[in-house]
Amino acid sequence: MHIHVKDLTKRFGGEDAVTGVTFAIEEGKLIGLLGPSGGGKTTILRMLAGLEQPTSGEIYFHGQRVENLLPQKRGIGFVFQNYALFRHMTVANNIAFGLDVQKRPRKETKERVHELLALTGLSGLGERYPHQLSGGQKQRVAFARAIAPEPQLLLLDEPFAAIDAKVRKELRTWLRELINRLGITTIFVTHDQEEAVEVADEIMVIHKGRLEQKGTPWDIYKEPQTPFVAAFIGESNLVEDCSRLKGFERAGGAKAMIRPEFIELFKFGETSLLSALEQGVVRSVFFRGTNWEVEVETGAHRLLAYRSLEKETLQAGDEVGLLIHRLYRFDDRSGSMVENTGKTDPMPIFI
Amino acid sequence: MAVPARAPAAVSRTSPRHLSEPAWIRAVLIALALLFLTLVLLLPLVTVFAEAFKRGAELYFASLREKNALSAIRLTLLVAAIAVPLNLVFGVAAAWAITKFRFRGKNLLLTLIDLPFSVSPVIAGLVFVLIFGSKGWLGPFLADQGLKVIFAVPGIVLTTVFVTFPFVARELIPLMQAQGSAEEEAAASLGAGGWRIFWKVTLPNIKWALLYGVILCNARAMGEFGAVSVVSGHIRGKTNTLPLHVEILYNEYNFSAAFACASLLVLLALATLGVKGLVEWKHGKR
Repeated sequence: MHIHVKDLTKRFGGEDAVTGVTFAIEEGKLIGLLGPSGGGKTTILRMLAGLEQPTSGEIYFHGQRVENLLPQKRGIGFVFQNYALFRHMTVANNIAFGLDVQKRPRKETKERVHELLALTGLSGLGERYPHQLSGGQKQRVAFARAIAPEPQLLLLDEPFAAIDAKVRKELRTWLRELINRLGITTIFVTHDQEEAVEVADEIMVIHKGRLEQKGTPWDIYKEPQTPFVAAFIGESNLVEDCSRLKGFERAGGAKAMIRPEFIELFKFGETSLLSALEQGVVRSVFFRGTNWEVEVETGAHRLLAYRSLEKETLQAGDEVGLLIHRLYRFDDRSGSMVENTGKTDPMPIFI
Repeated sequence: MAVPARAPAAVSRTSPRHLSEPAWIRAVLIALALLFLTLVLLLPLVTVFAEAFKRGAELYFASLREKNALSAIRLTLLVAAIAVPLNLVFGVAAAWAITKFRFRGKNLLLTLIDLPFSVSPVIAGLVFVLIFGSKGWLGPFLADQGLKVIFAVPGIVLTTVFVTFPFVARELIPLMQAQGSAEEEAAASLGAGGWRIFWKVTLPNIKWALLYGVILCNARAMGEFGAVSVVSGHIRGKTNTLPLHVEILYNEYNFSAAFACASLLVLLALATLGVKGLVEWKHGKR
């Protein structure tokens, strides 16, 4: 289902929970609403579902306005954060609920329930009650129940929040594959950036009720459009005046954020790009499983950087050169990515 | 060799010595508790039946079969049969409105529901006399329509409904608040209308609490004395409920008959407690 939202605003008792949110979603896309808790993500989702009435703004499904349409008439499936399974019904009856509402023939309902149980890996659990299931199983039942009536839009509110880390990873992959196979337009809410990056085709970053940025995970990581997005996605070092750093002299005096993965560390003799290198001293080194996390002191700053396990191991006290590939320069209102100019200097001092 | 201390399932039934009092203190405390229970609960209960059967079972059953007694039993059952279903519907509606919706005046409604608990039953009865009595606001008008409320069955039903109003609602509200509206929202998102949501989702979730509330409501409806006494007028064979009948017999020094009728109410209370225990047991098992 193609979705278009215009100037959506929700006020709760004088306070804005959602402010002027506008976006469009293409059919079949898997969208992640990402942001810190209490930022208005769930409110947006509930307004799309019709469980919350917008204070102002317009919502279009397939070009048709739906703000005043009952949730029952919107053709959506909703997976709640705590699943909200019908506790007095068996798993099979939970899944069949939406089909019974549509008055499908009993035989068809039975077949569809059977098919969904198999699809969600719950075969044989149809006669259980919700309280007899694990968190991951409940999640699957909630999902099966939501997609049973073949909704055109699937909404998931923090679908993995209540599941332990290992099962969560499995479920994520499973859900992504399943949604891609079914081709339902899907929006899910999460506060976990790793989850959003891994699952979503596109991410919408929501902060304090506003849409900060919408784009593919890679775009958002690479080109954050606001300081908030830059700081929220990934790790970052904060620098007070980026024009003092080598290679960024022409960037103008402003604050900047530097991701550890954009800083390359060299021991003496490992590179010849001296015009772009900042000098520093290693303060501490941590093993991070897949790389070294190195804390380097350079001038007034202490910066975190990563170093590959393939390279010579650094020790505290080592003198190193820092190559800052790019940084995110920002002032109060906006920001932009700036590349290191020293790297491409046509006349390097050292030839 | 056996290693008893390591047996995994061997959870000790008695707590370790350093966590409990010396034996003599325990004995004294238990004895005190038992004495108190006997004096306050058991003794009165036994007395009722002892007094009722003092002059033999024959007289006991005779005083229950007596015309005025039978009419009192009939009226009590009638009042309960009207008041309990009404409060069942009101209570469910009130609890549903308060827990599933946001609206102005919600706290006021919550306070109003508690009003019958906080007002003395005698005052509740007086209020109805002031409204429906022959000199009340509505009494003369209703009398013109040929409808007598005070000193008649409608008044008794009204006051009973008033006094027992909070039982069902009060039982449901905390439970429904704890359950939240997520399941109802899920049902709505699956396309179910309000009626279906209520019957298929809400009602099954609250049925045990509802039954519990109805049992308590019924016990009070049959046992209410104060408010009913004010509006009933004590007309024998007409407006006397069972508790009022007991009082009249007692005031006439007809102790055996009074206790025989009282024993009916006690039996009702015991049956209520039995059903209540059964409901709790069944509910707890799920």
